[in-house]
Amino acid sequence: MSSVQQVLAAGPGALNRLRRSVWRRPRHGPELAWAIAFVAPYAAVFLAFVVYPIAYGLWMARDPSLYRELIANPLYAQTVVNTALFVGLGVNVKMFLALLLSGFFMRRRWWIKALLPVYILPWALPSIPAFVSFHWMLIGEEGFVDSVLSAVLGIGGPLWFRDRWLALGSNIVAYIWKWMPFWTLTFYAGRTAIPQEIYEAAAVDGASGYRRFAHVILPLLGNLYLVCTLLSTLWTIGDFTTVSLVSEGAPSYSTDVLATLGIHYAFEGAQPALGVAAVMSALPVLIPIVILLMRALQTRETQL
Amino acid sequence: MSTIAADARLATRTLSRARSSVRLRRYLRNAGTLVLSAVIVVWTLAPLYNMVLISLEPEGDVFTDHIWPRVPSVESFWGVLTQSHWYLEHFWHQFANSLFIGWMVTFFALLFGSLTAFAIGRMRIRHGWLVSNAALLTYVIPASFLAIPFYRIMQNYGLANNPWSVIAALVAFATPYAIFVFQEYGRSIPIEVDESARIDGASPPQIYLRIYLPLMAPALVAVGTYALLLAWNEYLYQFLLLSSKANMTVPVALAQFLSSDQSPWNYMMATAIIYAAPPVAIYYAFRRRMTSGLTMGGVKG
Repeated sequence: MSSVQQVLAAGPGALNRLRRSVWRRPRHGPELAWAIAFVAPYAAVFLAFVVYPIAYGLWMARDPSLYRELIANPLYAQTVVNTALFVGLGVNVKMFLALLLSGFFMRRRWWIKALLPVYILPWALPSIPAFVSFHWMLIGEEGFVDSVLSAVLGIGGPLWFRDRWLALGSNIVAYIWKWMPFWTLTFYAGRTAIPQEIYEAAAVDGASGYRRFAHVILPLLGNLYLVCTLLSTLWTIGDFTTVSLVSEGAPSYSTDVLATLGIHYAFEGAQPALGVAAVMSALPVLIPIVILLMRALQTRETQL
Repeated sequence: MSTIAADARLATRTLSRARSSVRLRRYLRNAGTLVLSAVIVVWTLAPLYNMVLISLEPEGDVFTDHIWPRVPSVESFWGVLTQSHWYLEHFWHQFANSLFIGWMVTFFALLFGSLTAFAIGRMRIRHGWLVSNAALLTYVIPASFLAIPFYRIMQNYGLANNPWSVIAALVAFATPYAIFVFQEYGRSIPIEVDESARIDGASPPQIYLRIYLPLMAPALVAVGTYALLLAWNEYLYQFLLLSSKANMTVPVALAQFLSSDQSPWNYMMATAIIYAAPPVAIYYAFRRRMTSGLTMGGVKG
């Protein structure tokens, strides 16, 4: 769970409302002094620990030669491909499965109701134990997955972290495992917000199964789906924990994503400026996503 | 006559065939949901089962290579709780560090967040919206991208390997959300309450302490839970900023296990389970509130 999801999920409608409530009678004298004193602690935190690090980071990564160095390095190109795959596959597979599963959890069977609290366990679990467990499950022939493969099917499983694609796939699967429940719950809430009459009307018109999904649920949940996907993309681009613990970048940094490559450059390679440049090179992708997200949130606002 | 009888027979047969096909379809659908449920259970529980399996291994039997615990033993849990392995000699200290950071982040996020939201939403300072919108910009750049400059700055401030550097970072990330929620929630409290108190001669700090905070209690609890879990679960900043064993928190210590080849894996998994238990308990205790809070915007859409 990250706060970015929550704040942005509530939408800039909320921002607009804040703005609207703000033309005020000007305050004066001691009241104004108190108000400034109340805002001052947070303003100080914001300047010292948000604005200053951003400015410092941009200043560290200001030298164009850093970017030339990055582009010349094959490791960087590989990392960009990994990041694109990790984010593209991870986010989209996760969101699509979450959308389908949210429909599954709408069914009124007792065992499906009982399943929901079990299903959200990965979301409740802190990331570190979860990913440590994934790492250990896939550690090799002593790992749980390969043990099961040999016990059930009698075959020797692969060495997951010796192959770039298997390791990358492991990262993606672990990531989906950890975050799918959260988005399933979000879509579940979105589905419960659809008035029951709409489902009934669709049923009367004979829409069920696939047609109900395509013609009723998708149009109604489409914007929510778009907003959630953009949010999740934004946030997954900055994901450090999954790759750093599941595959640890193995084999030999070939599964690093930008967030982990930056830290490797800065702390193992002692090239902090290069590390910052590596992560800042994602800004041309991040900023359009933020703009798209704001747009999507605004259409939602006007629709309602 | 016979044709009528034949027709009737045909009709019953068709009807019963239709009914049985409906029954068959329902049966298949039930079977389908059951299979899907089973798949979901296995998918969800496999990594958790793996944790329990390894944590129940007796010491020395490190590489398991089997899928049931052969000789289940709670030795590793006991070992963690009594700090009996040299890898775990600081466990309770690290647990206390995690708790300390969690409580401090909660306290300051609530304090700074509520003060700011009070000044903007209740005292209605001019340009207040600028502050709350600027605060939300914190979430545009991922926290992991700011880790390197943040580390350098903390070194310059002389706060490297100091829990307060982690607290500062996490307060900076938690407070914008706190301000946002407090402002949204504060809208439900009529401003006339503040105004009548002001007419009675109450000063702004008195209104904040005696009226605003008590009325905001539900929002304070929700945001406080959020901030506590954020700090407890956070990894990257703690990993970068806390390097000595005495200052480390539990997640950093856990990740350290992975970097060594001779780590006692059963102890690592027991530590992981003990560390994961409090947040899981909190999630389930507050489940309804957490999901409703999280999907606040989603439901509206």
